[in-house]
Amino acid sequence: MNNKHQNVTFNHNPLLRSDLPVWRSRFVLGCMLAGSLMLVGRAAYLQGVNEEFLQKKGADRYVRVMDVPATRGRITDRQGEVLAMSTPVKTIWAIPEEDKDRDKDAKSKEKDGKTPNRVRLLSSLTKEQLNSLATLLDMSVQDLYQKLDQGRDFVYLKRQVSPELAEQVAKLKLPGIHEMREYRRYYPGGDVMAHLLGFTGMDNKGQEGMELAFESQLAGKPGSRRVIKDRRGNVVEDAESIRPPQDGRDVALSVDSKIQYLAYSALKQAMVDHKAKAGGVVVLDAKTGEVLALVNSPTYNPNNRSNLTGEQLRNRILTDTYEPGSTMKPFTAALALETGKFSPSTIVNCAPGRMTIGTATISDAHPHGALSVAQVIQKSSNIGAAKMALTFQPEVMWKMLDDLGFGSTLKLGFPGEVSGRLRAPKTWKPIEQATISYGHGLSVNLMQMANAYQVFARDGDMVPISLSRLDAPPIHSTRVFSPQTARDVRQMLEMVVQPGGTAPQANVPGYRVGGKTGTAMKLVGGHYALKYVASFVGIAPISDPRLIVAVMVDEPSNGKHYGGDVAGPIFAQVMGGALRTLGVSPDAPLKPLQVARQLSQVQAVQESM
Amino acid sequence: MARLTGFLLALAILCSLGVVASQHQARKLYAAMELEQQNTQQLDEEWGRLQIEQRTWAGHARVEKLARERLLMKQPVPGQILLLEERP
Repeated sequence: MNNKHQNVTFNHNPLLRSDLPVWRSRFVLGCMLAGSLMLVGRAAYLQGVNEEFLQKKGADRYVRVMDVPATRGRITDRQGEVLAMSTPVKTIWAIPEEDKDRDKDAKSKEKDGKTPNRVRLLSSLTKEQLNSLATLLDMSVQDLYQKLDQGRDFVYLKRQVSPELAEQVAKLKLPGIHEMREYRRYYPGGDVMAHLLGFTGMDNKGQEGMELAFESQLAGKPGSRRVIKDRRGNVVEDAESIRPPQDGRDVALSVDSKIQYLAYSALKQAMVDHKAKAGGVVVLDAKTGEVLALVNSPTYNPNNRSNLTGEQLRNRILTDTYEPGSTMKPFTAALALETGKFSPSTIVNCAPGRMTIGTATISDAHPHGALSVAQVIQKSSNIGAAKMALTFQPEVMWKMLDDLGFGSTLKLGFPGEVSGRLRAPKTWKPIEQATISYGHGLSVNLMQMANAYQVFARDGDMVPISLSRLDAPPIHSTRVFSPQTARDVRQMLEMVVQPGGTAPQANVPGYRVGGKTGTAMKLVGGHYALKYVASFVGIAPISDPRLIVAVMVDEPSNGKHYGGDVAGPIFAQVMGGALRTLGVSPDAPLKPLQVARQLSQVQAVQESM
Repeated sequence: MARLTGFLLALAILCSLGVVASQHQARKLYAAMELEQQNTQQLDEEWGRLQIEQRTWAGHARVEKLARERLLMKQPVPGQILLLEERP
């Protein structure tokens, strides 16, 4: 560099003699220093401050984060039969309009001239290709054309098609048509299990029923991993697993698919026979409180939900209430026995079949004379029930109904479960107390009714009911009535299905059964209309009750509307079938039922059960 | 000194070749593993499909229909039922 004092020979060259000010050389030196400082600073900035960003940008060229899908858990019945499971399907999608900026030989002339550098998929597909694609996807060519005639980057052509179909589509090798893996929920049980299971939406999340109730257990958590890909897109190295996928857990329901099918087919037949609007059947295991069947009608096929109506979707057993009618009477009788003022043979005068409380008059459909408490239940007398009820304190009666689970939800976790209506005892007028005793002036759902009958099936106590399979019967039970009261009422219930009762049609050959009919008029716009709800709730076998079956038929309109005529036969069919399915031994040998008493006869037996 | 340098150089070349070879090996193995994982998944899915198929063929409605129509089976009426009692 320039320095006058040291480099004498060169600097004293006369040609170079000039009196340049010192600051100029200093200035140049300074500039150069500043330049190199800037470089050092920039390097430090890139290496230090900005390193992370740059590393990320670099990694973006070869590192990819891939989603690892997790499958949704299966739903099985109590025997482990699959009721719902996810299977992989393909979704066909397309790129109707693509950027071809960098593509040099792209036919970049857009016909409509809107975006000259975008190319439309339609212009690169021939008519034959469109036709064959439309046939495969089962769409009209116009529909397909409409879907592709959009200025978007992404459009679903058809979601959730079978892998076989997707393969055929892939074989066409059409440009711009792609496929994507998805999962679809499949329900092998179809409409038999529909209301219990519910279904999942397009996003594979539960929307109804158990699918929604057990969403947190069933749903898997998709994982992700970081991989290094080569230029052709092959994964060459698994850099790290960011999150391992967590598959959803399987859920075992308490339902028994055989009993469910029995209930389904019995109800379906009855719906046709009685031209009914709706109906429901619940089967409970009295020993454990597990729900063995839950059937609604009308139902739907969860695998094909294209034409669903709200009517079909409703799970009436849990989300609809009705006035239970006479099926409430056994509780009134039980409370009467429990208070000690009545015994099963105490005579209640039910003549002349009508009674006026305040300004209202209540009556029996068929007037009775003097009846014992047991006969009040057997013949289903409103007057008898009301007379017993008027001897109770309203608070005592309310407490019993509350203990039985009326007026509050059963806490099953089922979406949309309703509590029914049971008003506070302070607001009760005597007429209300009388009508509640025979099941009017309060509303319940069918599950609550089945639940409450546990007190008669279980010697006066109740266990919480469960929709999922229990490994051991619940230890904790709530006592409502004394065992003696429960046994007495059980005998009355058995009289109902015997000759002289309201429901001889509910009898099951080979078993001692008991139950109570209910025939309630429906409230339409605040007034009772000539529309009925026929119901029957029963237990069997009476000697050691195992099952509770509750049946409800809404608006039977083919001539019959009494609980015994409409719901009784359904009860008998379901109860009989369910007891045989569970292998409960008959406790009422009918005359024609032969009993092989001696072992020597065993070989001769051809049919046995 | 030159010998040592030559030796170390050869060692370094050998090591680097080893690294390349093992890297290649690892990638090949990884690709194979990936293939097997895909295989597992496919078998899993097929199992699911077969389960559903089984449930469809063994559906209660179908079994009942076949039993009634093809095998002409019917429910026994009370007179046809024999009850075996277990003697202690």
